[in-house]
Amino acid sequence: MTGTPLTLDVRRLVGRWSLRSAGHAGRFTFLVIDMLRGLAEWRIYVPRTFEQAVSVGYGSLFIVLLVAGFAGAVTSLQTGYQFTGTLPLYYAGAVISESMILELGPVLTALILAGRIGARYAAELGTMRVTEQIDALESLGRSPISHLLIPRVLAGLLLVPVLTMLANATGIIVGYLTAKGALGLTYGDFEYGARYFFRPLDLWYSLIKSYCFAAAVTMIPCYIGYNTQQGAEGVGRATTNSVVASSVTILLLDALTTKLLLVAK
Amino acid sequence: MIQLIDIHKRFLDNVVLDGVSLDVRDGETVALLGPSGVGKSVTLKMINGLLRPDAGDAIVDDLHVPQLGRKELARLRAKIGYVFQYGALFDSMTVHENIRLGITDEACSRDDAYCSNRVKECLRLVNLAPEVAEKYPAELSGGMKKRVGIARAIAGKPKYLLYDEPTSGLDPVNADVIDGLVERLQQELGVTSVVVSHDVRGSFRVADRVALLWQAKIRAVGPPEEILASRDPAVQQFLERDLEMALIQSEGDRRANGTHL
Repeated sequence: MTGTPLTLDVRRLVGRWSLRSAGHAGRFTFLVIDMLRGLAEWRIYVPRTFEQAVSVGYGSLFIVLLVAGFAGAVTSLQTGYQFTGTLPLYYAGAVISESMILELGPVLTALILAGRIGARYAAELGTMRVTEQIDALESLGRSPISHLLIPRVLAGLLLVPVLTMLANATGIIVGYLTAKGALGLTYGDFEYGARYFFRPLDLWYSLIKSYCFAAAVTMIPCYIGYNTQQGAEGVGRATTNSVVASSVTILLLDALTTKLLLVAK
Repeated sequence: MIQLIDIHKRFLDNVVLDGVSLDVRDGETVALLGPSGVGKSVTLKMINGLLRPDAGDAIVDDLHVPQLGRKELARLRAKIGYVFQYGALFDSMTVHENIRLGITDEACSRDDAYCSNRVKECLRLVNLAPEVAEKYPAELSGGMKKRVGIARAIAGKPKYLLYDEPTSGLDPVNADVIDGLVERLQQELGVTSVVVSHDVRGSFRVADRVALLWQAKIRAVGPPEEILASRDPAVQQFLERDLEMALIQSEGDRRANGTHL
């Protein structure tokens, strides 16, 4: 008796979800195309990119370095806990530096920025949408893409890799200092372990990952904020959705880049 | 000239406009009246291409708005000043920067001296002191925000002015000030204007012709006196309701004044 309606409901749900997903994919693609077209209007977005870059870079520096420092310290302590008495101590240098460069630096930085700048972008653009400021810009014959979106995305693409490299360095330095204090690791041993397992590809991998994450951290919140509807509630929903969507995308991209760049070689 | 020809628009299952046609002649002011949520703002957004009709055509300056490309639309919008319901001022910019953004001529917008003079001139036209230029929108009252919104709309010396509920959310005194401003700008600038409102008295004061949007269609169009004399039950119902609101409001004002006494 209840089988048919339940099946229909599931079909309807799947159908609606598919349509919504296709709609988002289409709108997102058009937004990216519009942004690529808008790159010609450099007079408009270059000054605004610097304004945004200051906010993204300088504003996020403290929290990124703080988290990276703690990550380095904890990695160091856990390495000591697991390796002491079983492996030579110089392995700690390799574990700390490699885990910061390959995983912790890029991923933690991206996740922090998804919460910090992603939420800000979505809330700013969402508020501008519901208070008709974006419509006002369009009605003045000006492109919201080059005035609002391109500067935000470019600032992220410029600054997220820089922040990631600084996070890597901070994590490694704090990790070394912690290992020196807690495990008695010398600088010579730390450097030997770090160099022994290091390959230049590792840094490139970290950099490529940070660019992919920068795109997720900036473009997803911009897309969600730009398409906000239904007043203050809509802005709240857009902000939450942008943090969730960009965080999940970061984790998916993390798995994908690892498979493509490290496992496949 | 602005022409709306058999415009249809729906949002999901909600039919907002069902064959709306309206002409606005050069130099004329037309008030588009109707109850809240009837599609007045949607109609206005069809004129400058912020929304596209599902069917029908909007012709402005002999250009078919729904068929315009991005650049052509931007060029047309430079000729159209749009006053938003709540001002839609950019919060992070000063009044000066907001109005300067309205200067749509690229060459002029890069000339600091021209922009500074134009901003001052626009502030004067909307009866605001030059000192207001350095304030942020958050420091302004509702009426001042509306006037800055109007100043931004006229900064680019538009040929057309579209007002979306210019008096909504204002007390009767400020609403009268804004109505007077709309009337004066019309006389001084000679622009073609469309004023969307649900305020009958204000619309009758500023408009050469009035159109009533009722249940997704234009129910009546004509000079204010013709609309007032209309025997159409829908028109009478709308006018009577506004009259009742006006009476309630004036009664409230009278009581408030009495309390102060």
